[in-house]
Amino acid sequence: MRKLTTPFIGLSAGMLLVAPWIINAAPYESTMGLVQKVFYFHFPSAILFLVASLICGVHSFRFLFMKRQSADAWALSAAELGLLFGALTLVTGPLWARKAWGVWWVWDPRLTSSLLLFLIFASYLMLRKYGGPGSERLAAGMALFGMLNVPFIYVSVNVWRTLHPQTSVVPTLPTDMGIPLWFCFAAFTMLFLALLTLRATLELQRARVEALYLAEDEA
Amino acid sequence: MSEFFRVAWHIVRKDMTVEIRSREILFTTLLFAVSVVLVFSFAIVREGRAPDDVAAGILWVAISFAGTLAMGRTFERERYNDTLRALMLAPADRPAVYTGKLLGLLLLLGLVEIVLVPLVGLLFSAPIFAYPIMLITLLATGTIGFAAVGTLFAAMLVRVRSRDTLLPVLLYPITIPVMIAGVRGTAALFQATPDEPMARFWIGLLIFWDAIFLTLALWTFEPVMTE
Repeated sequence: MRKLTTPFIGLSAGMLLVAPWIINAAPYESTMGLVQKVFYFHFPSAILFLVASLICGVHSFRFLFMKRQSADAWALSAAELGLLFGALTLVTGPLWARKAWGVWWVWDPRLTSSLLLFLIFASYLMLRKYGGPGSERLAAGMALFGMLNVPFIYVSVNVWRTLHPQTSVVPTLPTDMGIPLWFCFAAFTMLFLALLTLRATLELQRARVEALYLAEDEA
Repeated sequence: MSEFFRVAWHIVRKDMTVEIRSREILFTTLLFAVSVVLVFSFAIVREGRAPDDVAAGILWVAISFAGTLAMGRTFERERYNDTLRALMLAPADRPAVYTGKLLGLLLLLGLVEIVLVPLVGLLFSAPIFAYPIMLITLLATGTIGFAAVGTLFAAMLVRVRSRDTLLPVLLYPITIPVMIAGVRGTAALFQATPDEPMARFWIGLLIFWDAIFLTLALWTFEPVMTE
C-alpha cells in the first residue's frame, strides 16, 4: 500500500489538473445548466465522506474489541479525511442548491444527516485532541456510534421524499456525463487512499517515537 | 441473569439513597429545565402568545439540556469521591453497572418530566391529556435513547480533563436522530388536528434507535471503561 502512495498522488494530481477540461467538454444538463457541473466534484467527495466514516468505524471496532493497536492510527487518519471530504461536500452542495433549489440550505434528511456526520467527525477529533491520555479508546467508542449514521444517510433520500436527487440517478447518467464523473471519482479515490496511507503511517511512526521516548525515560 | 439485575438494582438503590439525602441533582436539574423553558418563551413569544407547534420543540430541548446536566452530575459525584474506581473493581459485570447507572438516570429524568410536561402544557396550551398513553410512550422511548448514549459517554468522559464541555459536544450529534423523532412525534400529537399514525411511526423509529443504542452501549461499556 505504501509503495503506491507516490504514484497515486502523482496520478490524481495529473487527473485533477485535466479534470476542468473534461468537465467543460461534458454536455450541459437541460434544466440546471452550468451549475450542474459542481456534481462532478460533489458526488465523489460525498461518497468518500461516507467511506471515510465506515473505515473509521471498522478500525475503531478492531482497536476496541480486537486490541489491534495499529488500527487506531487508521481510524484517526480516516476521521481527518472524513472531515476534509465532508467539508468539500458541504461546500459544493449549497453552491449547487442555490441555483437548483433557490436556497443555500434546506432541512431535509440527507442534508441534515450529512451535517450531523460532519459534526460527529469534528467532535471525534476534538475528543482526541483535548481528551488527554486514554482518549483514543473513548474516541473509538464514539466512532462506532457515528458509523450508525452512514446507512441512515444513504437510505434517507430514497425512503423520504426530499429535494435531493435519489441514489439511482448515478447509474442512469448518459455516457458523456458518466465519463467525467467516473474520471473525477477515480482521481478523488486515489487521492483519498494516498492521503489515508500517508497519514496513518505518520501516526504509527509518531506512536513509535513516543514509545521510544517513554522507554528511554524509564531506563 | 438474575445476578445481572441484582447488581443493577444495587447501583440504582445506592444512587437513589445518595440522591434522596442531598436532592442536589434533582433540584438543580429541575430548576434548570424550567429556566430553559423560560428562556425559550422569551425568544419565541410575540405579543403575549406563542406560535403554534413550538411546545414539542421546547419540551424536548429542555429535556435534552436538563438530561446532559444530570448525566454530568451523577458521574461527577462518582469522580469526586473516587468511587467510580470502586464500582469498576467490584466483582460485577460491567454491563450490569452500566444498566444500574442508566436506570438511576432514567428515574431522575422521569421525575423531571413529570413536572416539565404539565408546565409546558400549561404555558404553551399544548393538549397533553389528549393522547396520554402515546405521549408517555414517546417520552419514555425518547428519554431511553438519549440517556443510553448519555450514560455511556458521561461514564467514559469521567477521566477526561475537559469533560463538562465535551459531553454535550459528543452527545448531541449522536442523539439527534432520537431528538428528531421525539420532537416530530410529540408535535404530531400537539397539533390542532392530531395525527395519530404519524406519532405511531415516530414511536416505531424511536424503539428502533433505542434498541441499537442500548445494544451498542452495553457492548462498548466494557472495553471503553477498561484502563
